[in-house]
Amino acid sequence: MSYAIEMRHIRKEFPGIVANDDITLQVEEGEIHALFGENGAGKSTLMNVLFGLYQPDKGEIYVHGEKAVINDPNDATRLGIGMVHQHFMLIDKFTVAENIILGREPKKHGMLDMAKAVKIVKELSEKYGLDVDPNQKIEDITVGMQQRVEILKTLYRGSDILIFDEPTAVLTPIEIQELIAIMKRLVKEGKSIILITHKLKEIFECCDRCTVIRRGKNIDSMAISETNPTDLASMMVGRKVHVQINDAPYEPKEKVLEVSHLSVLDQRKVSVVNDLNLTVHGGEILGIAGVDGNGQTELIEAIAGLRKVKDGSIKVDGQDLTNQRTRKIIEAGLGYIPEDRQKHGLVLDFSVGENMVLQTYYKKPYAQSGFLKNKVITKKAKQLIQEFDVRTPSEKTLARSLSGGNQQKVIVAREVDRSPKLLIAAQPTRGLDIGAIEFIHGKLIEEKKKGKAVLLISFELDEILHLSDRIAVIYEGRIIDIVNPKETNENELGLLMAGRRKGGAEA
Amino acid sequence: MGDGPSNEKGAQIMSLFEVLTIIVPSTLLTAAPLIFTSLGGVFTERSGVVNIGLEGLMGVGAFTAAVSTLGLEHAGLGDASPWIAILFAAIAGGIFALIHAVVSITFRADQTVSGVALNFLAAGLTIFLVKMIYEGKGQTPYITHNIDKINIPLLSKIPVIGPIFFQQVTYTSYLAIFVSILVWYIIFKTPFGLRLRSVGEHPAAADTLGINVIRMRYIGVVLSGVFGGIGGAVYLVTITSNYNVSTIAGQGFLALAALVFGKWHPIGAMGASLFFGFAQALSITSQQIPYLDRLPSVIMLTAPYVLTLIVLTGFVGRAEAPKADGVPYIKGQR
Ligand SMILES: Nc1ncnc2c1ncn2[C@@H]1O[C@H](COP(=O)(O)OP(=O)(O)OP(=O)(O)O)[C@@H](O)[C@H]1O
Ligand SMILES: [Mg+2]
Repeated sequence: MSYAIEMRHIRKEFPGIVANDDITLQVEEGEIHALFGENGAGKSTLMNVLFGLYQPDKGEIYVHGEKAVINDPNDATRLGIGMVHQHFMLIDKFTVAENIILGREPKKHGMLDMAKAVKIVKELSEKYGLDVDPNQKIEDITVGMQQRVEILKTLYRGSDILIFDEPTAVLTPIEIQELIAIMKRLVKEGKSIILITHKLKEIFECCDRCTVIRRGKNIDSMAISETNPTDLASMMVGRKVHVQINDAPYEPKEKVLEVSHLSVLDQRKVSVVNDLNLTVHGGEILGIAGVDGNGQTELIEAIAGLRKVKDGSIKVDGQDLTNQRTRKIIEAGLGYIPEDRQKHGLVLDFSVGENMVLQTYYKKPYAQSGFLKNKVITKKAKQLIQEFDVRTPSEKTLARSLSGGNQQKVIVAREVDRSPKLLIAAQPTRGLDIGAIEFIHGKLIEEKKKGKAVLLISFELDEILHLSDRIAVIYEGRIIDIVNPKETNENELGLLMAGRRKGGAEA
Repeated sequence: MGDGPSNEKGAQIMSLFEVLTIIVPSTLLTAAPLIFTSLGGVFTERSGVVNIGLEGLMGVGAFTAAVSTLGLEHAGLGDASPWIAILFAAIAGGIFALIHAVVSITFRADQTVSGVALNFLAAGLTIFLVKMIYEGKGQTPYITHNIDKINIPLLSKIPVIGPIFFQQVTYTSYLAIFVSILVWYIIFKTPFGLRLRSVGEHPAAADTLGINVIRMRYIGVVLSGVFGGIGGAVYLVTITSNYNVSTIAGQGFLALAALVFGKWHPIGAMGASLFFGFAQALSITSQQIPYLDRLPSVIMLTAPYVLTLIVLTGFVGRAEAPKADGVPYIKGQR
């Protein structure tokens, strides 16, 4: 029997780095095949080669047993290969339907036939159970729906081999369950799927086989039924992985962050944070649990000075920082790992080193008499790259060319290293591999031990439960309860997050 | 203006109607070149290439129109000469814009610098050629067959509306408005338009869907040359009638402003061009209009530009350019 996809001995180099070194990948017809490997291992690169975006330096590709030359995405599409990219390839200002039909537009007398396009999209979305509204603009829909649009794009082109590059990194737990159901349905329809993910749970839930790569090299391929999560994890990282648990005693100190009666509006001028009260002490990790869209984004943006406060006040260390300039807030002791790393965390066209001193470049020792001290900056960057295991050819590499997970590490390194009084960590491990997650969890716990206050926001309940000393549940812009992680579980949290208050205690 | 309702209040007080019969045709006349050129801007910037060179492209168009009208007249083509000259100007503009395309798309040079260079090149080259062709003179002779102001048959007979909109106007003005609608249709209702906009918004996404980003951008830039050439030609054959250094003095930049004011939308660009045309018409015709004629002429002469500034800074709001406007596309870059 021939493989749906067979990539043999693929090699791909970038300046200063071999991203793929003799990689072989065999995907059977009708299976979900997991591609598993650390940040920067070369997964996206391999998939971009398969999709014709990169040309391999060496190696061959066979599609359904026949040798294929894939020079560009057109060739890939013709061969039935479709790809959902790690960073979505959608045009914000276009509608869902326009994004899907772009490049293969239905026509009537040479004109766009949008009525027909909408009809096709509706039919496709019903057939595969991918709920989208064809007439909405991409900028107005949720990330989950954007992803469904990406999937529909490939289905519209008749793809029977689908590549999903870290589709679950940006999804909420409910959306992940939906996606898994969708993938299972697609396989039943006869499609083959390559799934990249860092989450073992997902691999064991839906994949048939798995290929592990590390630092650009093949490690092994096996059937999922013949392995277990622990083995797979250590195979990927190359050593044993320990789950970091916050076992340091909980000894809260003075109040560091005090949010009182806070109200914040979102883009549409709707009040999404309503009269919210919250206190975080030194020496504690406070986790915020909540379903996406309940005001957590706006809350942290307001604290970081990125969003106007309508009512109420924010104090850090007793200093009133309501509606202050961001630099003042940073100097008052805020560290911020933002949710959207490409938009708020990095200047993509700056080097890794420059990105690492974004808040401190104007101060000693990085600057003197108005000049940057590049030697000092380079030294600092090298130290952080080493300490946080950022996989990059050098500190001079542009942030843009790092793999997704390594971009995230640059931000975490910068923020944690300053050891701020208050560290806001929003989805700090999104898109990171297991080894890196372990490392960053360790760092957050270390900050707590140093007596700093950590405010953690995450959609991963595991992460919240593991790390927090207290868990605040946010619902419709209010903290509706504060629970002790040792006395609760995922189920109870889930109910609270859905707005069902227990006991009736006011936070 | 015998067709209009007679003026009963006395000769010295002009009725609003009469003011309109002066201002509107003049607005239409001055707006037409701006409309064509700003439509060119729509094509290039929607495809993601900033083109500051519109001014130069108008210059090339105006020069070509002058030289070819003169030649065609000489060959005995009479009234058809300026129309054929506009066609030539379109072709010349398209070819000239290719320079910008090669430099900024293929070689990914800075688009602003390339556009500025285009302006200098156009000014120098056209005047050099004028001197060469017309034995050292700094300007071309006047063309004798311009596109004249006329009363449009039938329409000009409609009471009230006729005298305001359809008397003493040129066909080019209505052609410009018609073409705006056509461009709107092309940009928003055809597969070509969808693709053009997609490479201006997110070229990498377009690329993954098999759209040839480089080709679409070349088309966008060349079309800006074609339309800029037409704009310059129309300016010449309807307004100035000869070409010299100062024939195109800021018209291309006004068209660029109209593009932004019109939010990169063909109809918006047309509306903005009409507004700038109106501002210019005010200053040109102010001497004939009561009250305005008492203002010092400096004010009236600077009015169009002051109005432009006010509008661009105050009323446009945050204009949303195409997302990838001005950003060269490098395949495979993340
Ligand atoms: N276009 C590029 N230019 C330069 N270097 C690149 C480019 N694309 C990838 N790389 C480098 O190749 C290596 C592999 O990157 P790749 O994106 O394939 O990793 P990945 O396995 O997908 O990681 P992640 O899980 O973090 O997404 C990285 O070191 C990255 O910096
Ligand atoms: Mg990747």
